[in-house]
Amino acid sequence: MILRSHLVRTFVNHAVTVLCGLMVLLALFPLGSLLWLVVSKGVPGLTFAFFTSLPTPVGEAGGGVGNAILGTASMVALACLVGLPIGIGAGVFLAERGDHAFGRTVRFTAEVFSGVPSIVIGIVAYGLVVLPMRRFSGLAGGLALALLMIPSLARTTEELVRLVPVSLREASLALGIAQWKTSLRIVLRTAAGGLLTAALLAIARAAGETAPLLFTALNNQYWNFRPDQPTASLTVQIFNYAISPYEDWHQKAWSAALVLLLLVGLLNLAARYALRKSAAGVRT
Amino acid sequence: MRAPRRSAAAGAQAGDRAWASLLVLLGGSILVVVGVIVLELVQVARPAVSAGALRFLFGTDWDPVSGSFGALPFIYGTLVTSAVAMAVAVPVSVGLALFLSEMGPSQLRPVVSFGIETLAAIPSVVYGLWGLFVLVPWLRSAVEPWLGRTLGFLPLFKGAPIGVGYLAGGLILAVMILPTVASVTNEVLKTVPSALREGALALGATRWEAIRMAVLPYARPGIVGASILGLGRALGETMAVTMVIGNSPEIHASLFAPGYSLPAVIANEFAEATGAVHTGALAGLALVLFGLSLVLNTLARLLVQVVARGPKGGRSA
Repeated sequence: MILRSHLVRTFVNHAVTVLCGLMVLLALFPLGSLLWLVVSKGVPGLTFAFFTSLPTPVGEAGGGVGNAILGTASMVALACLVGLPIGIGAGVFLAERGDHAFGRTVRFTAEVFSGVPSIVIGIVAYGLVVLPMRRFSGLAGGLALALLMIPSLARTTEELVRLVPVSLREASLALGIAQWKTSLRIVLRTAAGGLLTAALLAIARAAGETAPLLFTALNNQYWNFRPDQPTASLTVQIFNYAISPYEDWHQKAWSAALVLLLLVGLLNLAARYALRKSAAGVRT
Repeated sequence: MRAPRRSAAAGAQAGDRAWASLLVLLGGSILVVVGVIVLELVQVARPAVSAGALRFLFGTDWDPVSGSFGALPFIYGTLVTSAVAMAVAVPVSVGLALFLSEMGPSQLRPVVSFGIETLAAIPSVVYGLWGLFVLVPWLRSAVEPWLGRTLGFLPLFKGAPIGVGYLAGGLILAVMILPTVASVTNEVLKTVPSALREGALALGATRWEAIRMAVLPYARPGIVGASILGLGRALGETMAVTMVIGNSPEIHASLFAPGYSLPAVIANEFAEATGAVHTGALAGLALVLFGLSLVLNTLARLLVQVVARGPKGGRSA
């Protein structure tokens, strides 16, 4: 290999460093643009009534996304009811007993299925709930969100439970405490913050999903308190407003997007906070 | 504990057995859930697939009214948008990951990684909203006319600049898969033994030479894995693409032309599908998508694991 002069090599080194910096700017530019527009276009529409009232037809003043917020909340709650126990349970299994062939199979399956497109899961929920009930429903939407959250929730839970130092478990076992008590009272109690983090991240992801709700929960222009009826959601409402031809509805789409971003952002911040608390607990 | 010793020990053993079986049950439930997903999908898709799978896959005509279902325009649109997304997102992601793990000033790294996490957390429909009202007008008024003038001799960049189309879909996908590819690449780079890096530096290599000659060759399978993982996400991404791709079931060579993708047609037509065959055809598209994503995800995970384990014959770090 021909040795190039020191000057050229240093120059190339700096050039690549600058190039990487440019890539960073290129990647962060859409983020900045998106956040700025959602805030600047969304804020004018954020009145108190926007959070509490029903959507209005085009041209009619006022109107909001109250029922959509309620719908998202109820379907996410339903998803938690089904998804959290299974997902977190499987994650605990992976952390506690996941080192054998069966555990590896479960882990690999969870990893591969956490990449399955959400729209595919929507079709599964359609087949499981909508077809037999012959009706679009919040129940179907909630189930779709649950199926969606389980695989990735299991993996996150495992990673966070594994943060608990082995020495804690060993100390407990050395004191003659049974394995199941050690698992429940020492390991899982120490990992409680981590479990909360995993749950909050899964909830944030579910709240932002649109595709699997389109043909499971459909949409609803009115308040709905029954799980067997079509249910509105914040995300589907944003979609419908955005693709409509009306200026007024576009404005509402931006405001609803701001509400959704705030919701998802708060959940993510809470997850970070819970993780920090738990990490601090592990260290001391 | 008043109970005699022996029974306490027996109780502990029974408790352990119960706990162990509970855990296995919980872990197994994942496999059950996955089994249900696969079976149900096949069940819904059966009417269309039994009507002739090959004709279905390679038909170019999609007209639910006359009962003609060809999946090729959607498969084509999905592949083209994903290719555009990969072409843009992979170089940017690798640059980003190098910045995060090797080259960037350490004060800036937390800021950048927080930005990437934020990108990953933004819901797909919000990306679609941004794509529709920011990206598409920008493509229509600035990027596509410019590309047409400079590279218009290529069939890829011919035609009227209308904004919505393959290019818009591909670019919005690029933004969306960037966090996935960048963060997995970053993880992979972290698993490269520092002895390799230090060895190269000690021999007088500059930082970039150390990366090029020691770090990247070691990490290559993992970076490929990260890219495939991103590709898997791009194929299945629904809402943002639906909002900017133009939704027209045709095949065009030009990236400026409106097209359609597999998830987009499912999103648009499933709720109003007429009859079991139409529903089945859409479920058949979902089955194609599902198969693709399983294959890609499996491949990606295996490649990432290869790097994490290190090369054969032991490693020095």
